[in-house]
Amino acid sequence: MSKTEKNYVEKKENRFLIIMKRLSRNPNAMFGMILLAVLVAGVILVPAISPYEYSKMDVRAINQGPSAAHWFGTDDMGRDLLTRIFYGGRYSLSISIIAVLFSTTIGMIIGAAAGYFGGISDTIIMRCLDVIQAIPSTLLTIIISAALGVGLDKTVIAISVGSIPGTVRLLRGTVMRTREEQYLEAAEAIGCSTFRKIVKYVIPNSWSPLIVSSTMGVARTILELAALSYIGLGVQPPTPEWGAMLSAARGYLRDYPHLLIFPGIFIAISVLCLNMFGDGLRDALDPKLKD
Amino acid sequence: MALVEIKNLKKYFYGPKGAVHAVDDVTMSINAGETMGVVGESGCGKSTLGRTVIHLQESTGGNVFFDGRDITHPSREEIRRLRSDMQIIFQDPYSSLNPRMTVEETIREPIMLMGKCSGQEIDKEVQRLMDMVGIARRIRLCYPHELDGGRRQRVGIARALALNPRFIVCDEPVSALDVSIQAQVLNLLMDLQEEHNLAYMFITHNMAVGRPLSPEILVLYLGQLVETSPTRELFDQPLHPYTKALLSAIPTTDILHPRERIVLKGEITSPIDPEPGCRFADRCIHAAEACRRPQQLEEVLPNHFVSCCRVRELNQM
Amino acid sequence: MNKSDSAFLKVEDLVVEYKTGGRIVHAVNGVSFALERGETLGLVGETGAGKTTIAKAILRVLPDAQARVGRGRIVLEGTDLLKLGEPAMRKVRGGKVTMVFQDPMTALNPIMKVGEQISEVVRKHQTLKDRTSREIAGDMLEMVGIPRARYNEYPHQFSGGMKQRVVIAMALACNPQLLLADEPTTALDVTIQAQVLDMIDDLKKRHNTSMILITHDLGVVARMCEQVAVVYAGEIVECGSREEVFLHPSHPYTIGLFGAIPDLSVDTSRLANIEGLPPDPTDLPGGCCFHPRCPHATDRCRKEKPAFAEVRPGHFCSCCYVAADQKEV
Repeated sequence: MSKTEKNYVEKKENRFLIIMKRLSRNPNAMFGMILLAVLVAGVILVPAISPYEYSKMDVRAINQGPSAAHWFGTDDMGRDLLTRIFYGGRYSLSISIIAVLFSTTIGMIIGAAAGYFGGISDTIIMRCLDVIQAIPSTLLTIIISAALGVGLDKTVIAISVGSIPGTVRLLRGTVMRTREEQYLEAAEAIGCSTFRKIVKYVIPNSWSPLIVSSTMGVARTILELAALSYIGLGVQPPTPEWGAMLSAARGYLRDYPHLLIFPGIFIAISVLCLNMFGDGLRDALDPKLKD
Repeated sequence: MALVEIKNLKKYFYGPKGAVHAVDDVTMSINAGETMGVVGESGCGKSTLGRTVIHLQESTGGNVFFDGRDITHPSREEIRRLRSDMQIIFQDPYSSLNPRMTVEETIREPIMLMGKCSGQEIDKEVQRLMDMVGIARRIRLCYPHELDGGRRQRVGIARALALNPRFIVCDEPVSALDVSIQAQVLNLLMDLQEEHNLAYMFITHNMAVGRPLSPEILVLYLGQLVETSPTRELFDQPLHPYTKALLSAIPTTDILHPRERIVLKGEITSPIDPEPGCRFADRCIHAAEACRRPQQLEEVLPNHFVSCCRVRELNQM
Repeated sequence: MNKSDSAFLKVEDLVVEYKTGGRIVHAVNGVSFALERGETLGLVGETGAGKTTIAKAILRVLPDAQARVGRGRIVLEGTDLLKLGEPAMRKVRGGKVTMVFQDPMTALNPIMKVGEQISEVVRKHQTLKDRTSREIAGDMLEMVGIPRARYNEYPHQFSGGMKQRVVIAMALACNPQLLLADEPTTALDVTIQAQVLDMIDDLKKRHNTSMILITHDLGVVARMCEQVAVVYAGEIVECGSREEVFLHPSHPYTIGLFGAIPDLSVDTSRLANIEGLPPDPTDLPGGCCFHPRCPHATDRCRKEKPAFAEVRPGHFCSCCYVAADQKEV
């Protein structure tokens, strides 16, 4: 058998394994994924790891630097920083991920509809988006958050609305290109319904830019959440949240930099891992790239 | 009785600049188990013709008959039924296959959509189709980009055959393939036609490629039917000036008998809101006043139709 | 081809490899040929045979990162192009040796006026004495049948055939001595192809330009080329004058190619096949490169690499059986 024919070997592996195999060959993606996994593990297992509670105050240990007792030091109320950071990770990461999933799903549906059908519906959708995007996103988030009130679920909604227009435009662009492809004509010729065409033919060939933009979106959302928490919306004290901790540390920058550095490092690490992973995932999902 | 009959078919595209007369007044008929070759250069409307006949695009005028029934304006339900009678094979074997579907999924799709078979039966059907077009079982889980052009085109053919159609529009099915693979695929199409009594509309810009398959050929220029006749006669005795120029322009490998080249002047004119009359007149060296008036399709020789007011005098008939 | 050492272009034992994804693609495997001034050589073969790589190697526009010239010489009027430094090569490229690529849609810069693109080439390679580059570019446009007044238009305002003519005008603007044309008319309609080929032929004759025409279309070769070389798996399997190769094709691949083409003059109902697929250039078969697909292959073909031998005067072929029998086919 020549090599050309050897290549056409019975592929019994299912898609998931193939994707995992490709990811494993990308050192950047693996680094991001592993580090992220470690972070997530830490965030979940923190009650088992840390002897402290995140809200327990100890007035004798205010603003202490890193030490044997408190590896990351303590904050201005004597709470252990490491514990707070890992608990905070729960909120920061989960809110961001859920918000991005929410906005991506909605954006994808609207974007696909606008791109595929075009015409009047496209125009209406685009003009509505124009209105939303005319308002600065942070301001928009604040307005919605203020209107809805505080609470995790409401915060998620407030944050995700701002990113929907971007997702819609992104998908609309790729859908408009994909819908001209000949395999859609072929699908029509074999009797495919419009719904199936969009779901099975258009979206899978259009969503790859979304993957990278979503993972970067999580990073951005972590920062937006911080902004909300700072002005008192979003997550309320004493619930720890990285952005809130970062903001609270502003006044102590010169004297107790550890209050700023540790939350900042964790935000940075999360963002970095998500970006590296997202890049690798996009490559792994593309069937055209060589194995 | 012909399987497919097309009468005065028109397809115009309306745009901001005007109406593009892609197909203008084309008449032809194709019998079951036979092939009609449709030949012309880019912009002549041959692809549009093919797509309009099988209702991938709606016609603007004229009639299409299938098996005696008028299918010019079918209902939704009728279109669905038509899909299992009339199919199409596309030119570009890559862009006509969904890059995210494997060979198996691509072939299985039409069968599933028709909803007549159950799971196990579908698998058997897919296998049968793959054997019919000569694709090894080994590659059923491959994606299009992993296959060469010839194999991809076979997948396209298998997909077209999945619904047991009686009529297939072959839209330049081998133009994108290498010479040696072209021969393989053309032979396959001929074999399938014999085995399953398929009727083809074989669309090509290269007359020589259409020759082995088509007993009859129709020549289009800018949406107009200029000549149609049995193939042999078309090659031996072309009557329309465009057909003659087209034949003379095709480079031949017979170096001992070089052909006299007929030089066409100028560029192809625009199909947007064209003037009445012969659209080839602007490039024809024999153009006269009469050519600016609408031309009639005349049967100049038995079963040999030409649309040219000067055909008799130019051919000394 | 036994040409004198004073041949205009001599390619000797050229080997080019690409490195992709850890594997080596043997694109060109020991190609030799010679070309005289004013002559046209047709390089015929299918996709992946290596014809374009040969042309790019001559012009030295192979991608530096992946491609590597393993060995060989490309001697143009006594100078080995492979040994020239890049600044010297840049003078040759576009001036002495130019290339026309296959797809006119992508060969032109879409945001630059058509006339500008031609005059840019002129300015780079010619010292302008009494005429401006603009005038010369206008002349070139006229020569390829485009009204001079269209100098200021953009590529999208031209049809495919006209775009290709502009590309040809650019290639011929500096009266190159060698024109490399890579499938220059494949993307064009038949009648436009005939016009463009006529034009290339005419310009060629006027300036005594040598040309290497790369194509898979034997009909085009018959029209344009005095010499023909059939390329398969990065090697030349047969070469000779047009009359020799067309009237006495010797190599089984060449014979297969002729058989597979539907020709206008022959009324065939079935086309002869070449079985199998073109070889994988990362895993070429041992022995004769064509043996997996050859209907006459024997054990000897699988083990021995056939010599490139003269089967008829001036007609060479690399097939052990043809050479042995001096067969007339």
